[in-house]
Amino acid sequence: MKNDYQQIDPKTLPMPAPSHPPAPRGGDQEERQPQEQRRKARRKWQVFPGRNRFFCDGRIILARKSGVLPLTLGLILVTSGLFFVFDCPFLVQHLTMCVPVIGGVLFVFVLITLLQTTLTDPGILPRATPDEAADIEKQIDESRNGGYQSPPRTREVEINGQVVKLKYCPTCKMFRPPRTSHCRVCDNCVERFDHHCPWVGNCVGKRNYRFFYFFIVSLSFHTAFIFGCVTTHLALMIQEHETSFSHMDLELVVCFFSVWSIVGLSGFHTYLVASNRTTNEDIKGSWSGKSGGEPVTNPYSHRNICKNCCSILCGPMPPSLIDRRGFLPEDECVQTGDGGDIELPVLTTKNEINMVGKHPCLPLHPAV
Amino acid sequence: MAETHSLQELQTPPVSSKVFIQRDYTSGTICRFQTKFPSELENRVDKQQFEDTIQTLNNLYAEAEKLGGRSYLEGCLACLTAYTVFLCLETHYEKVLKKISRFIKDQNEKIYAPRGLLLTDPIERGLRVVEITIFEDRGVGSGR
Repeated sequence: MKNDYQQIDPKTLPMPAPSHPPAPRGGDQEERQPQEQRRKARRKWQVFPGRNRFFCDGRIILARKSGVLPLTLGLILVTSGLFFVFDCPFLVQHLTMCVPVIGGVLFVFVLITLLQTTLTDPGILPRATPDEAADIEKQIDESRNGGYQSPPRTREVEINGQVVKLKYCPTCKMFRPPRTSHCRVCDNCVERFDHHCPWVGNCVGKRNYRFFYFFIVSLSFHTAFIFGCVTTHLALMIQEHETSFSHMDLELVVCFFSVWSIVGLSGFHTYLVASNRTTNEDIKGSWSGKSGGEPVTNPYSHRNICKNCCSILCGPMPPSLIDRRGFLPEDECVQTGDGGDIELPVLTTKNEINMVGKHPCLPLHPAV
Repeated sequence: MAETHSLQELQTPPVSSKVFIQRDYTSGTICRFQTKFPSELENRVDKQQFEDTIQTLNNLYAEAEKLGGRSYLEGCLACLTAYTVFLCLETHYEKVLKKISRFIKDQNEKIYAPRGLLLTDPIERGLRVVEITIFEDRGVGSGR
């Protein structure tokens, strides 16, 4: 019996084996090498397969293509800056102190919600592990052999009485959960995918939709407020027969065009929130029309506007599923460190390491 | 001696196969796993015990995602503080996830590990599947 275990000689392993007592002192040459390799353990964000960028050691996530985010930030900062510098002093003198206060609150809210929309994981689904992918392939093959009617790469589920088709994602190697879509820009499957917004440089999905909504609503108010203030400033100056108001031209132009588009967008998203739909579903017409003679209804709606709004905007905040700051298991450090999780181990050796790295609840330390 | 032998076996048993318990979407996008007992586990664990484990998991996830006064209050507070409150406080969801981790560890220690099985916390698989690793049972004599 013991021969089975002796064939795994821990001293021949490059990685720390469980039978080695942990040696933080590192006096022994042999033990120092595994120590150094342990220190070089990489975090999962460093091997993340999607098109994203990470900062602060994985704490902050950004889409690789920032789109026109610099333009968005620039427009907001410049217009608000001009407002605070030129319009506020005049209006405080002629109207009220509340003008810069309200403007300031709106400005801060806009910036914070923009940054949160951009820097939050939108609800990225980690790709399937090789074992999972193999299991799904096996199920697909079985269903194909069974001669089922539906194409092999789709699965039908009934959700609250409505039949919904789940599609297979060839990139992430899994059947996408309902309302999940694969973003081609970021190369990730995103839960409750709304759209990829180039203005914020990120996907809008389950985890950051509320930030995006509050961003566009607060930006509507902010833009309308600045527009109103600048118009008032202009009117008061004309009354006083002043003619030098060149800085106001820029503010007026920016605000005039922004107000219509952003207020319109806010209105559209208010409709989406109230009916618990995503932009993606609305564009595709998923819940309008008929399917096979039966009218399709949105199975995710709570059938109550208030409940829909509350669940989307103030519901529980789901966690990020991609575990950016988690450490890769040790065998991944030895290997090339490609994205993905542990492969089904062929050798017992690797299995041992997996179990040490991942499942401390099992009695694995003979030294203990 | 027999006990030591089985503990040593658990240290280095090869993985025989893995079973994946998929999500149950019949109630929508809430996190819920299918309670159907997989055939691969028939000789390993009691069906009722397995169903109880999955049902408890489902209840815990439902508790995490529950819409109610508490979650709305948390959401409103977060909105008013521009979500900076989460820099110091843990969300209710995160607290329940920790509870789930402890539950899975406990189930593994008490029920599944002695039977040569291992449950993986679904959060490590993006809440897509409950992965159950089946180790070879040398005691049964089905070694390679």
